[in-house]
Amino acid sequence: MALAGVAVFLGVLAVWVWRAGLGLHYAYAAAAACHPVSSFACGDLVSRFNGMDGFLAPGWVFQVVPALIGAFAGAAVLARELETGTFRYAWTQGFGRWRWTLAKLVPLAVVVAAAAGAFSVLLSWYYQPYFGAGNQNLGLSEASPLAGGLFELRGVALAAWTMAAFAIGAFTGKLIRRVVPAIAATLAIYAGLGVAAGSYLRQHYLTPLLIKNNFPPASAQMLSRWWTKGGQPVSQSVASQVLQGAPSQVAGKGGVPQALGSVQYLSQHGYTQWISYQPASRFWPFQWIESGWLVALSVLLIGATIRLVRRRAI
Amino acid sequence: MNVIEASGLAKRYGSTWALRECSLAIPAGHVAALVGPNGAGKTTLLNLTAGLTAPTAGCLTVLGGRPAGSPSALDGIAFVAQDTPLYKNLPAADLLHLTRNLNRRFDQHYAQARLAELGIPLNRKAGKLSGGQQAQLALTLALARRPQLLVLDEPVAMLDPIARHDFMATVLTAAADDGVSVVLSSHVLAELERVADYLVLMSQGTVRVVGETDHLLASHRVLTGPTAEADRYARQLSVIHTRRGEAQVHLLVRTSGAADPAPPGWEVHPVSLEELTLAYLREPGVAALRGPARGRHAEASAATR
Repeated sequence: MALAGVAVFLGVLAVWVWRAGLGLHYAYAAAAACHPVSSFACGDLVSRFNGMDGFLAPGWVFQVVPALIGAFAGAAVLARELETGTFRYAWTQGFGRWRWTLAKLVPLAVVVAAAAGAFSVLLSWYYQPYFGAGNQNLGLSEASPLAGGLFELRGVALAAWTMAAFAIGAFTGKLIRRVVPAIAATLAIYAGLGVAAGSYLRQHYLTPLLIKNNFPPASAQMLSRWWTKGGQPVSQSVASQVLQGAPSQVAGKGGVPQALGSVQYLSQHGYTQWISYQPASRFWPFQWIESGWLVALSVLLIGATIRLVRRRAI
Repeated sequence: MNVIEASGLAKRYGSTWALRECSLAIPAGHVAALVGPNGAGKTTLLNLTAGLTAPTAGCLTVLGGRPAGSPSALDGIAFVAQDTPLYKNLPAADLLHLTRNLNRRFDQHYAQARLAELGIPLNRKAGKLSGGQQAQLALTLALARRPQLLVLDEPVAMLDPIARHDFMATVLTAAADDGVSVVLSSHVLAELERVADYLVLMSQGTVRVVGETDHLLASHRVLTGPTAEADRYARQLSVIHTRRGEAQVHLLVRTSGAADPAPPGWEVHPVSLEELTLAYLREPGVAALRGPARGRHAEASAATR
């Protein structure tokens, strides 16, 4: 039942993503191949690509995939048995209840993770245009592969997140013993864990790199920026004040060339700008680190669930 | 062999004790009825027997020393829980298949023949069957496992009189023909006399009376006599329960044997199982009757086998 639901859900979503992806790839190919770049027609194509699928581009929408699979497939597995009382039948058969739980949770966890993994191949294809080298020079949207929202959808992360969501669901289902509250709790825990990983954990997987008086490539994930003068930290307001004395073309409104100009201006006045960042080349190490701890968490939660079932059913 | 043997068994849920200092032994080869008011601890004792929950204190073994809930215990016990929970959206055939996969033994022929006999279509979903048919389906799944012990928790509480009768008939057939020991809980007292040959009377989480029904009935009498004389005799006899009328009083007494003399001028009646049960349940202060010693049970059951 749960598996059929997951298959239908992912199937419908996949068809939709595939259709949207064809359009996106077509628009990207047209914009990237346009020549000369500065022509009005090319600018039109570029802004057409940049404006496409605006709500899909940050990737947050697809975070619901692990969440829903975890909630509806994971939380329901044990909670439904406990809520409807069928555990009194299932868990008193000769097979034994902890073996029943093991035989149910482990294959299901693997299957939902595999399904999510297959889906993430499609998502990787969909998001490919945003990671084209040289996008920035053409004025096309370029995203960091490490950016929160997209990082979780590509590589092996989506499968790992789905497995973790499933394990969270199974565990809360056993603890709460009722389907709807268990689904709500699973969604809340998954969201909390997702935010914690994206905002706090991921940037510490490996020691960030530092760059002095320059900017990392657009594909890198910038973590923080600060200034020093003579080895002493300087607040941003001081740096801004210094910049106000600069000629107008230097302290322009954002944009990399102007920003680089302002860094040069500040360094001429004895200030040093530091930026810590994670380079795009760390995409795969980070994928394995994140998937590693998520799988470990899943194993731990499924093990704990089986232990709880083994200890007592009521 | 004792199908259930408990000593010092206790189970606490939060701050309330569902079972306390519960010791009993039910020998094999009986249809044993667990009787008592709501909250007496019947379901808790049966859940412990089926291994669904673990005792807070004490120990419980089944089928001659197998720890309750262990794989060997689960293998020999078939449990039909209250309201006979089944997967409502599965057809009967799928439930047979599932039960076969979850057990070492499963008598497919028996199960199919039984369902055909009951007129339960194999392709009908369990949820679409009547209450009586659902109960029969659950019972069929349990018996097809060829258990040594069949445990039934309030099996007939939700059934109409005909379904109730049919259900108990199936249970008794299994007990008589296949030698399955049965432990069932019920508060339908009228049903028990016909069905049970062993009685476990519980109240407030402890066992009050245990014994073979024949033995219990033989060792209790109702004495009816003038109210005025009641107090005089009550002191000499072990009175379980006193029911006073205007002129007459009915004393339910425990006797040491048929030879006990009745007071002159008093009438002596045999007691019914229902009267006996109600008398003990109404008098929680009366000392518990634990029946014969456990060793004798073991010998007796060995002799009958």
